Amino acid sequence: MNFVIPSFTPAIPEIVLLTLTSLLLVADTMWSKRYEFATYYATQVILVIVGALILTSFTTETVTTFDGSFVRDAFADILKLAIVVISLGLFLFSKEYLLQAKFYRGEYFTLGLFSVLGMFVMVSAHNLITLYLGLEIMSLAIYTMVAMRKDHSAALEAALKYFVLGALATGMLLYGFSMLYGATGQVAFDAMAAVIDAGEVDHVVLSFAVVFIVIGLAFKLGAVPFHMWVPDVYHGAPTAVTLFIGTAPKIAAFAILYRLLAEALPGAVMDWQPLLVILSVLSLLVGALVPIVQNNLKRLLAYSGIGHIGFLMLGLIAANPDGYASAMVYTLIYAFMGLAAFGLITVLARTGHEFDRVDDFKGMNQRNPWLALMMLFVMFSMAGIPPFIGFYAKVVVIEEVVQAGFVWLAVLAVVSAVISAFYYLRVVKVMYFDAPQDTMKVEPVARHLTWAISLVAVALLVFGLFPSWVIDLGYHSLS
Amino acid sequence: MMLKFILTLILLSPLFGAIAAGLFGRRIGRRGAHTVTIFGVAVSTVLSAYVFWLFVFQGHAVYNDALYTWMVSDGLRFEIGYLIDSLSATMMLVVTFVSLMVHIYTIGYMAHDEDYSHDNPYYQRFFSYISLFTFSMLSLVMANNFLQLFFGWEAVGLVSYLLIGFYMKRESAIQANLKAFLVNRVGDFGFILGIAVVVMYFNTLDYQEFFNALESQVGTTMSFFPGMEWSVITVLCLLLFIGAMGKSAQMPLHVWLPESMEGPTPISALIHAATMVTAGIFMVARLSPAFELSAVALSTVLLVGAITAFMMGVLGIVQTDIKRVVAYSTLSQLGYMVAALGASAYAVGMFHVLTHAFFKALLFLAAGSVIIAMHHIQDIRQMGGMRKHMPITYWSMLIGALALIGFPGFSGFFSKDSVLLAVGETDVYGAGLAEVLLLIGVFVTAFYTFRMIFLVFHGEESDYVKTHDIKESPKVVTVPLILLAIPAVFMGLPMVGPILSGTYFADAITVLPQNDVLSTIYNDYFDSAIGMALHGFVTPPVILALSGVFMAWLLYLKAPQIPSRIHAMCPRGYKMLASGYGFDRFNEIVFEQGGRKLGDFFWRGIDVKVIDTGLVKNTFTSVAAAAGALKQGQTGFLYHYAFVMIFGLLAMLVWVLW
Repeated sequence: MNFVIPSFTPAIPEIVLLTLTSLLLVADTMWSKRYEFATYYATQVILVIVGALILTSFTTETVTTFDGSFVRDAFADILKLAIVVISLGLFLFSKEYLLQAKFYRGEYFTLGLFSVLGMFVMVSAHNLITLYLGLEIMSLAIYTMVAMRKDHSAALEAALKYFVLGALATGMLLYGFSMLYGATGQVAFDAMAAVIDAGEVDHVVLSFAVVFIVIGLAFKLGAVPFHMWVPDVYHGAPTAVTLFIGTAPKIAAFAILYRLLAEALPGAVMDWQPLLVILSVLSLLVGALVPIVQNNLKRLLAYSGIGHIGFLMLGLIAANPDGYASAMVYTLIYAFMGLAAFGLITVLARTGHEFDRVDDFKGMNQRNPWLALMMLFVMFSMAGIPPFIGFYAKVVVIEEVVQAGFVWLAVLAVVSAVISAFYYLRVVKVMYFDAPQDTMKVEPVARHLTWAISLVAVALLVFGLFPSWVIDLGYHSLS
Repeated sequence: MMLKFILTLILLSPLFGAIAAGLFGRRIGRRGAHTVTIFGVAVSTVLSAYVFWLFVFQGHAVYNDALYTWMVSDGLRFEIGYLIDSLSATMMLVVTFVSLMVHIYTIGYMAHDEDYSHDNPYYQRFFSYISLFTFSMLSLVMANNFLQLFFGWEAVGLVSYLLIGFYMKRESAIQANLKAFLVNRVGDFGFILGIAVVVMYFNTLDYQEFFNALESQVGTTMSFFPGMEWSVITVLCLLLFIGAMGKSAQMPLHVWLPESMEGPTPISALIHAATMVTAGIFMVARLSPAFELSAVALSTVLLVGAITAFMMGVLGIVQTDIKRVVAYSTLSQLGYMVAALGASAYAVGMFHVLTHAFFKALLFLAAGSVIIAMHHIQDIRQMGGMRKHMPITYWSMLIGALALIGFPGFSGFFSKDSVLLAVGETDVYGAGLAEVLLLIGVFVTAFYTFRMIFLVFHGEESDYVKTHDIKESPKVVTVPLILLAIPAVFMGLPMVGPILSGTYFADAITVLPQNDVLSTIYNDYFDSAIGMALHGFVTPPVILALSGVFMAWLLYLKAPQIPSRIHAMCPRGYKMLASGYGFDRFNEIVFEQGGRKLGDFFWRGIDVKVIDTGLVKNTFTSVAAAAGALKQGQTGFLYHYAFVMIFGLLAMLVWVLW
């Protein structure tokens, strides 16, 4: 048997990330209390190094390695860079929060890094095994992060729900994988697509497999009716963890959805397209209606996130390269808006007081007019009001779905966007027109956080003025 | 690259000043506000002068480039860009220069403004607005596409609205700015429809692409009603011209301009005389390739201009408010400019825009100086004999007046005489009527202008002047007057030759050979600028102007009893003029009351009954009910969640395998 040493070059960012994170994990246990922030700083440095590695070796060619189980292309690089940038932001916002909430632990950061590693592997997965490996690396780290706050029963309950339901979903996903393997005899995506194309596959088994796989992925994204964990986990988890769950993993989940559906199963489009339509319609409805009656901002954003997932799927439903590109644009923009929204809540929290109820924002304009303006930016962007970037995100997916002939779906999406504008604008109304419950000034613990959150929120406006910067990212890498 | 940077700096430095003074006004204080805005506009002025030199004297090639692409939708590019040629370079210099003068003048004018002194930072806000205006106007004239033109167009409208209502505690100011806003809305409605026609038939917003495609659309028609075919280019030009009528206050959309005088005087000078109101003329000149292709549009433009020039001039005779006299003269002069456009003499129209910008700004600022001296009394009947008290103001106002009536040698003479020559030469439908109206207009202009001069500065000192200490205004007021007086006198002389020969705007304005009245004038009548001025003394316009001055002298200095006798003889005629031909009354009855009734019907009949109760309330209750029901599903029990997932799985399996 010949043993060929695979090329490690395409996976260098992952390898570096893994090595440095493992070292950090060990170092973290040995650092004395005096250097407790060293882990945080090391985390940021590692992310910068990895980001720089990707950026310097950025290529538009497609390279596979490890016997075709790992792929590196422009799509992967762009998504990984987005994950790095967003992670930099969310760790920055989290550090002070963890101190305020009195559970600052080095593990938050090392677990976060491992989760980022999982996302990288998912983004670059080119067969079922790699994909599953990445998914589990990411998920296990996140389960632990949710449960980290051991003195907090809501967090523990959330972690347990997340874990059990996650296990159920993973079971379905794996079952789907095994049937897919049974039907095609392949694990690599391109080989699988070729077999299905050749028409040598039992259709019933394939359809079964598609249903189970789509459901497994729908759970990860939080699409209705596999969304039940989302509000409870977002709400129960410490805000810093919610911030984490609500942003970067969405990018990775989108990546595997794309890799599986568009790269491995284009031949089964007639099977998965109607499923996505159902998921999308239900998600749009739930995402538009339920947040109206929520009073907790984290919960509200969790439900609104479900609506965003519905939008994201519109691009996939179009089932052509332009459609995938629009979904990718939507994902990137949504993750960034999530960073802004959850970031704002995170940095405002104080010891003993989470700043996460809609009522907390009453009269915000009098308590801190600048941050009220930033929150307004975020809410307007999420609602899809031009010239904020959220508007263009909606425009591209709706355009693609109309092109693909699903006009009724586009109309439904627009109606749901109109309904959801209500609860976004309610937050704005509360900030500007209601009397504050407390006249004390609110601001983040550290001054640099005001700057950071302003940077993110203002970016929503700037990108909205130059939308082609973001839109081209998607369209150039996929179509 | 360097040029692009300079242009961007010209455009953005007033905006920077506006933001600094507007958002941080309290922090930087009064002195800081006027320093930063004047600095911003000064930078623009200096650089505009450089650009002007580059394009007009050095003959730099036309610069047309996009700064950035905002977005692309279905092949339609939305861009921010510059089209710089002699036309825009000249407008840029005029806008920034007049704006700079007004900025400086405002320091003096606002310091005296007593009826508005409480702790609110109105002073800073005022500077912020005028700088914002400069930015908007620059983006309008520098645009290379309709989108940016529209942006500038609306932005100047907005600032104009804010400034007319600047004295926001005065009831009349609020009504005036609302009126300006609504009337401009009517114009803008036509304007945006015009742009829509451009997009629909040309699928572009870019000027150059639009011009290039014009040829191919000459024969295209569109029909609004079955059986009636309209040339697309005519429809387009007429719609765009409706926009120009709103902004440049042509009849019947002129009603807002006299009332805009409720704003502070520097604003009347900058926005409602020198720059914004000329945006319509600028736009038509910029789009000359399109207007050239439609005889119907040209004829409409000519007649609207001539009628406005005459009828508004007549109204100037009966005004008693010093600013209103000047305002009606602005309306009348705008009519002259528009008439020139209708005669295909775009260059001459623009020429009158330029000279008018200086002498009218001068007249307004001089009027403002008088108002300062009179402690904000504006009624000319209470003035008189002020010449000795304010010599600088008197002389500069006199210079402005001579330029306005077209006294040979002054800048206004050259431009107005060229307008009259062009209208006399053209054979567009309605040219004969237009020429007669414009000639009578010359007499009327001279009459009301010198009526004002005589009543304010000559004759016996009035009681108010006697009893109060009337003194010359401070330097920040008089220096801009002197600086504006220079171009008001001299700028016509060197410019008239290049304008008439067509070389000045050669790169910006397109005229078809059969419409080219200017070359006829240039070849047949024109020898030199001096010769034109000397010959002017024996031509009808100047004779009419001088007889107008004489009549004013006769009626208001020599025999002041005559006007009141005329008044007594025909009260009806006077009443009609005093009410401005009843346009306001008509608008009030038809549009205001009619609009209210219609609105009332839609409110009570449609909105409350059908939409509110029928649609909204029911939608609201059902949405709330649905949300509540869905919320119930979130029980918090793990096994419920798992059940929903399994159920979803089964449902989907059934769906797919069915």
